[in-house]
Formats: sequence, structure tokens, C-alpha cells
Amino acid sequence: MRQELLLVLITLVVLMADLALAPGKKHLVVQIALWLFGALTITGFLPVKEGSLFGGMYNTSPLLAGMKSILNIALLLVLLQSVKWLQKTENFNKAAEYFILLFSTLTGMDFMISSGDFLMFYIGLELATIPATVLAAFDKSRNASAEAGIKFIFSSALSSGILLLGLSFIYGTTGSVYFPDVIPAFGTSSLHLLGFIFLLSGMGFKISLVPFHFWAADVYEGAPVNITAYLSVVSKGAAVFILVLLLYKVFSVIQHQWETLLYVLSVATMTIANLFAIRQNNLKRFMAFSSIAQAGFILLGIMGADQAGMTSVVYFVLIYVLTNLAAFGVISSISHHTGNETISSYNGLYRTNPLLSLTMMLALFSLAGIPPVAGFFGKFFLFTAAASKGYYILVLIAVLNATISLYYYLRVIKAMFIDRNDQPIAWFRSDVYTRFSLMFCILGVFFTGFFGMVYETIYALAAGM
Amino acid sequence: MSILWFFILIPVLTITGILFTKDGKSARVVAASGMFIQLILSVVLLILYYAQRNAGNTAEMLFFTDLVWFPALNIHFTTGVDGIAVSMIMLTSTVVFAGIFASWEMEDLAREFFISLITLATGVFGFFISVDLFTMFLFYELAVIPMYLLIGIWGSGPKEYSAMKLTLMLMGGSALLLVGLLGIYFNSTLEDGRHTFNLLQIAQLQLPIEAQRYFFPFTFVGFGVLGALFPLHTWSPDGHASAPTAVSMLHAGVLMKLGGYGCFRVAMYLMPGAANEMAWIFIILTTVSVIYGAFGAVWQKDLKYINAYSSVSHCGLVIFALLMMNKTSMNGAVIQMISHGLMTALFFALIGMIYGRTHTRMINEMGGLMKVIPFLSVAYVIAGLASLGLPGLSGFVAEMTIFTGAFQHPDTFHRVATIIVTTSIVVTAVYILRVVGILLLGPIKNEHFEHLGDARWYEKLSAGTLIVAIAGIGIAPLWLSNLISGSLSPYIVKLTGAISGLNF
Repeated sequence: MRQELLLVLITLVVLMADLALAPGKKHLVVQIALWLFGALTITGFLPVKEGSLFGGMYNTSPLLAGMKSILNIALLLVLLQSVKWLQKTENFNKAAEYFILLFSTLTGMDFMISSGDFLMFYIGLELATIPATVLAAFDKSRNASAEAGIKFIFSSALSSGILLLGLSFIYGTTGSVYFPDVIPAFGTSSLHLLGFIFLLSGMGFKISLVPFHFWAADVYEGAPVNITAYLSVVSKGAAVFILVLLLYKVFSVIQHQWETLLYVLSVATMTIANLFAIRQNNLKRFMAFSSIAQAGFILLGIMGADQAGMTSVVYFVLIYVLTNLAAFGVISSISHHTGNETISSYNGLYRTNPLLSLTMMLALFSLAGIPPVAGFFGKFFLFTAAASKGYYILVLIAVLNATISLYYYLRVIKAMFIDRNDQPIAWFRSDVYTRFSLMFCILGVFFTGFFGMVYETIYALAAGM
Repeated sequence: MSILWFFILIPVLTITGILFTKDGKSARVVAASGMFIQLILSVVLLILYYAQRNAGNTAEMLFFTDLVWFPALNIHFTTGVDGIAVSMIMLTSTVVFAGIFASWEMEDLAREFFISLITLATGVFGFFISVDLFTMFLFYELAVIPMYLLIGIWGSGPKEYSAMKLTLMLMGGSALLLVGLLGIYFNSTLEDGRHTFNLLQIAQLQLPIEAQRYFFPFTFVGFGVLGALFPLHTWSPDGHASAPTAVSMLHAGVLMKLGGYGCFRVAMYLMPGAANEMAWIFIILTTVSVIYGAFGAVWQKDLKYINAYSSVSHCGLVIFALLMMNKTSMNGAVIQMISHGLMTALFFALIGMIYGRTHTRMINEMGGLMKVIPFLSVAYVIAGLASLGLPGLSGFVAEMTIFTGAFQHPDTFHRVATIIVTTSIVVTAVYILRVVGILLLGPIKNEHFEHLGDARWYEKLSAGTLIVAIAGIGIAPLWLSNLISGSLSPYIVKLTGAISGLNF
């Protein structure tokens, strides 16, 4: 509970600071929010004991605290990358809102992860979703951003409705929303399964699995680039965490059924997202399809359905956070400085901005699962988890998809390193916050892969599953 | 601290050193000195290896070290070498050393070039010292991916197309390989119930035959793609033709050997039952490979394409010889890997040097080069003679051993395949002698060619290193042959044991 209370406290402090500070000192809001949240991220690593509150509505354990810490790190990196953007004149007065909304969604996600019954889960989900839709429309003067907000809120409302229908079926058939009561009463009757399928569809929207992914590309493209980063990393990561917790804890009775469902979803997600990603030229759309495809890979790890499966998912999300934010850091830095967001505008970037290009290259290699960066280890362990259950054909489809994904990642690398350009993006120096976040990501991308202790720590945390 | 770790450490330090250089000129000096140390180190390794063997050490892998990496999945960083690995390491360090000097005049982004090249070499060295399938796979991928940048940035012709084709096909191959490796892993259960990636432990275990049937094709074809197994060889001619000189050398000379090496050390060694059952399919494919590659080379006019198709033919011969599964032919296969590695590297180096002078690779546009650039031309003839198997050079030793071994099979199928494959020698002679005749002899066709300068010191060093190695193997083949055959016994025991049904 420490995590959530502190987060609410920080939210209030930022709100107060915004009200109290004189108009000339508004820039301090950013500093206050960053430092406070940085401190919170560090306290997240303090040891946590297993425990529950409110009659089991709220649970905590070292594993859940670890998941929250991963989300904290991700949000901190997003915040660092958006400082430059917040300092622009049109956003200057909205900085406090930005932080408040982001902290609210994170609070929602934390409650969702810790939830011990479906009510808490649903409240957390809504708290996480609604501020996110506001954020998508943050550039309200830009049509695309406003459109993204509208699309996002409609599809979120729809998916929440479907999810709620599923929950009501589950409640109707088991007579409880409390996880320990639902588990023994749950079975494989049609209504149980129908309820579960609706629930899974609702979660599919949040994680943007095919065929529930249609909102993702438009919203990612329209939203401000840092919000896109946030949606593709923090939102998705939290949704993956809660899905894996629900599947392993609550729905372990119907493991055979959900493995079949995930099999189909994962094949569809990887294949379709990869085929669409090939054709994109806008980098935000490109990253949208890339992150949909990555979600398909994560499902393979979930299908491991044991300690190693849980570990591979958490480990992959951690790597995905660092990797994707390295890529988004470069994209946002270039977008803030030059306004370019297309792949073709990156032509010849290496000759003018070598460090940014190298960072992007490492990030893309990691996304594609190429050693020596961490993505290789993350993917390998996801595939190992699926293979441990004998899903070799699925692994084959996934690895072939990884090869297809390499094609479009290499397109960006080709633009930066190989293609010539008469007017490449001129050299510029990124702001200090972005540089710090990129350095952190790149070091992390090497460290998490090569040092077995990161994996081992997560494995030890996942022991209780 | 095992000596083997230095094979990773020195390239990494060299790369770090290059990062601190200011321009291409100092970068190439750092690269060359790093790879020179690596070459010395591999000679030291050879001497130490012999010393250990002579002292009576009969362990399968020497200099064995074992570090736990991911205990939860029982993944280790295990290193060790036997005679085959030692000889492959020797080959690699020779070719890399020669490759650095072949690209001495690199101007555009020279630092990046040497970094990518040495990253590739790191992957290859790491692959050969690994005893753990996980690390092996990691280094395999590490060796493949720099190729994209190396061909894409510094290549020529349709370089972007070739680079993408090569990368995707090889990564597709590694996709199959990954499935095969995971299958091996989950079917190898140790006494304490855990799975293992350790080659030696899996070899003790005997995988169930059903699993072997299922995963052998994945593993074998996965490695086979890199070994230019027909019909998955199509990346090779395009890739080699577009790549810059040093990359063609390293790729045809060393990287394609990873395929053959993996085929027998992982696929055939760990799954001997399935290997025996399915060998006939791959024998047919490799027979096609050998003949098709040779005829393909006859039809080409571009020097690099000729050599690339010739590589398809020769690498096909490697896998063909491995599939014959007796000591003589497998010994020949390893010698062929080394021999082909050296002579194809020499070929590509010389083609690069000739192209640097004449600015064309079309043989019908050149002629009489022997009169103007005698050193390069003579070196070219030596490479050609080694390629068509002239006694006294490495190619003869390799091919002779392979055909002798292959003909030991008494049945019709193996004999017919061997006879067909043997005819490739004649076709090889046709395309080699034809090139020598048109390119080097005869009148000088283009008056601009009359003022070409002969090889510079670094080019002589590059070609000379390779020629010495080729002649060394040809004149004194026994030291290499003994090195290899001493380490082949466990493989032969596994493979023949599987035939007689003792040892599934």
C-alpha cells in the first residue's frame, strides 16, 4: 500500500505546487514532480512482505512490488523524455495536469495489479484508462491528437463494457467477485467459459491483441509522442502483468482452454501486426504495429504457465520497457527538435547524429531479438517457456515472425546507415534529461541481458506462483 | 582464466580500442594489431593443445571451463575445444588477419567498418569455443547480423537487396535452428530432472528416437542454410558478390563453415539415429549442390559470382562428406572446410585487389593481366590450382580424403552419389582454367590496363599469409589430419553405434 499512498501524495503535492507557485516559477513543477517520482521509484525497491488489506481486496507480495517497480522505472523514463516537450510554450501551463494524469493512471495500474477481487480490479482498470484517454488528446489544438482521444475513449468504453459483461457472467455463475471464492466455484461450463472469453477480449483491447487492435495504430499516431511511448510501454506492461496474474491465479482451472485461446490470439497478433508494420512510414504507427507484434510474443511466455513462464513474461516486459523507451527516446528527441516523424526523414541520420542512430540501432536490434542486446535473452526465454509445454509449432511460427520483424526493423536501420540524403536532419544536442534516459536504457539493455542475476532475481520472486 | 576466454576478450578489447581512435588510419592499425595477437594466440593454443594431448590428456574437450549463467534454466557459459575446434580457430584467425589487410585502403567510415568486421569475428570465435548450445546460438546470431551493415554500407552493386536477402535467409535458418535447439533441450533430462544445453552431457544421454526424428531436420537445415545447402543457398551468390572484399573473405571463408560445423557437432552428434535415417535426403541435396554449384560457376562472367558458386559447390562437398559418416570422409570434411576457407578467402582477396585496379569484375573485359600484375596473377593461379585439387596444395588433401572415405560405402546409392560428386572436379577444372586463360593470359584487351601497379605491401601480406597456409596444409597434411582425426572418435562411435542399433 506504501506505493499507492505515496503516489497519491505526490499527485496532491504536484497539484498544490501548481496552485501555489507564482506564474513566473511554474517551471519548478516539472522539477518537483520529477524528483519526487524519482524518489518514489527508489523506495519501490525497498523490501516488501507478503500481506493483504481490506479483507483480501488488496494484496501485496515481493513479485507484485517488482512489477510495480518496473512500471515506475518505465514512467520515470517517459517523464524524463517529455521534459523538453513540456517546456514548449503551448504546454507550459499544462505541465501539472500532465503529471497528475500520468500519476493517476499509474495508481490505477498499481491497484489493478494488487487486486484481490474483480471489483478492485475493475476500479483500477478504469482509473488507469480514463486519464490515459485524456492524455491522448493532450495536444488538443492538433486535430490528430483530439481524434486520437475520441477514438481511444470510445474503444476503451466498449472494451470495458465487454469486460464488465464477462465479469457479470463470472459473478453470476460463481456468486462472488472475490478471487479465493471464485477459484473453487469456477469450472468449464459454457457460461464460465463465455464469461472468461468476454474478460479476455476486454483485456485483449488493453494489450491490443489482434483482432482487438484497431484503435492502437490511430491512437498511437495521433497522440503526442511521449504519450505514445507511455501507452505502448506502461499501459501495455501493466495490462500484461494483470492478465498473467489473473490467468495463473484465478483461471488456472481452465488452463487448457485459455492456452488454446492464447495460441490462436498469439499467432494472429504476431502475423498480422508484422505484415502491417512492413508498410508503415510514420514511425509512431510503425512502433504501434511493432508493439502489437511484441504483445503476441509475450503470449508465448504466458503459455508456459509455471514459474519459468511468469519469470519470462516479467523479464521480457522489463527488457521491452528499456528497449522501447530507448527507441521512443530517439523518436521523441528528433520529433521535439526537428518535427520529423517519418522513416524516410531519418535517411543519412548516422552521418549527422551518430550517437542517436547507434542508440536507435541497438534498440531495434533488441526489439528484433538480436544478441548481444537483451531482447535476444528476453525472446529466447519466452520461446523456452512455450516450448516447455510442447508448443514447438507455435515457437516456429513465432521465430519466423521474428525474422519478418527483423525486415522492418532493418528498414529503419537502412534509412539511418545506408541511404544517402542531401538534406539529412542536422546535428543537434538532445536535452540533458533525454540523454540521461537514453543512457540508462542502453546500459540497462546490456546489463539485463548479460547479467543472469536480473533473471534470477525475478525467478526467485516468482517462486510463489 | 582459461586461454579460450582470450579469444573473446581480445576482439572485444580491439573494438574498444578502435572506438578511441580518431580516424581510419589509426583504426586499421589497432584492428591489425589486435588480430595479429589473435593469430599468435591461436598458434599458442595449437601448441598447448598438442602438449596436453601428448601428455596423455584424453578428455573430449580440453581447456574446459564452466560458468553458470542462468541457473534457473541450467544455462551455462561452457567453453572447451577439441582438435576440430582448434583447427577452425586457426582458420578463422588467419582469414581475419588477412581480411584486415585486404581492406587496408578502406576510406568511407573506416572505424565502423573494422568494428563491424571484428564483431563478426567475435561471433565466429565464440561459436567455435562454445560447448553450450545456448552460447553457441548466441554467438551464431552475433556473427550473422553485422553482415547486414557490412554489405549494406560498404558493398557494391545491388547491395541493399543482397544484404536484406542474406540477413533474412540466415535469420530464417536460425529460426529453424532455435526450434531444434529447444527440442533438444527439453528432451535431454538429467538425473536431477533438469534440462541441459551442454553438448557433452546431451551426448551422454541418448535423445529418444521420436524426438530425434522431429528435431533433426530443424537443426540440420537450420545450420545447413548457412552451409549453403541446396536449395537454400540462394543468399550466397548475391551476398558474396555485393559484399566488400574482406567481408566476402570472412563470410565464404569462415562464416559458411559455421554451418557445416554445426551440422555435425550439434545435429548429427546429438541425434545420430535420425541422422542415419535421414542422411539419404541430404546426400541427394548435397550432390545436387556440388554439381549445380560447379555448373553455375561455369556460366558466370563476374569473378565474384564464379567464386560464390564455386563456394556453394565446395561447401556442399563438406556436408556431403559429413553425411558419409565414416572417419576418413569426416576427416576430409573438416580438412575441406579449412582448405576451402583459406583458398576462397584468397580468391576473394585477389578479386578485390584486381577490381581495385581494373574497376571491373567481368572476365571478358579483362585479359593478359599476368603481364602487368604478375604477383596477383600468380597468386590467383595458386588459388585456382588449390581449388581444382592439385597435389601439393590443400584442396587435393581434402578432396582425396573425402572421396576415398565416401567410396568405402559398399552400397549402390552411396557409390553412385560419390561418383557423381567426383565428376565435379572436372567441372571445377573447366571454370578455373577458363578464368585463368581469359583473365590472366592472352593479349591485354584494354590499354588502360598496361599501367596497373602490382600488389602493395599490405596486399602481399594478406595474400602471402593465405598462400603459406594453403601450401602448408598441402605439403604437410598429417599434422592437421592427426589433429582432427584424434577428435573424431566420439562422433564415429555415436554415428555407427546408431546404425547397429546399440546406442539409440
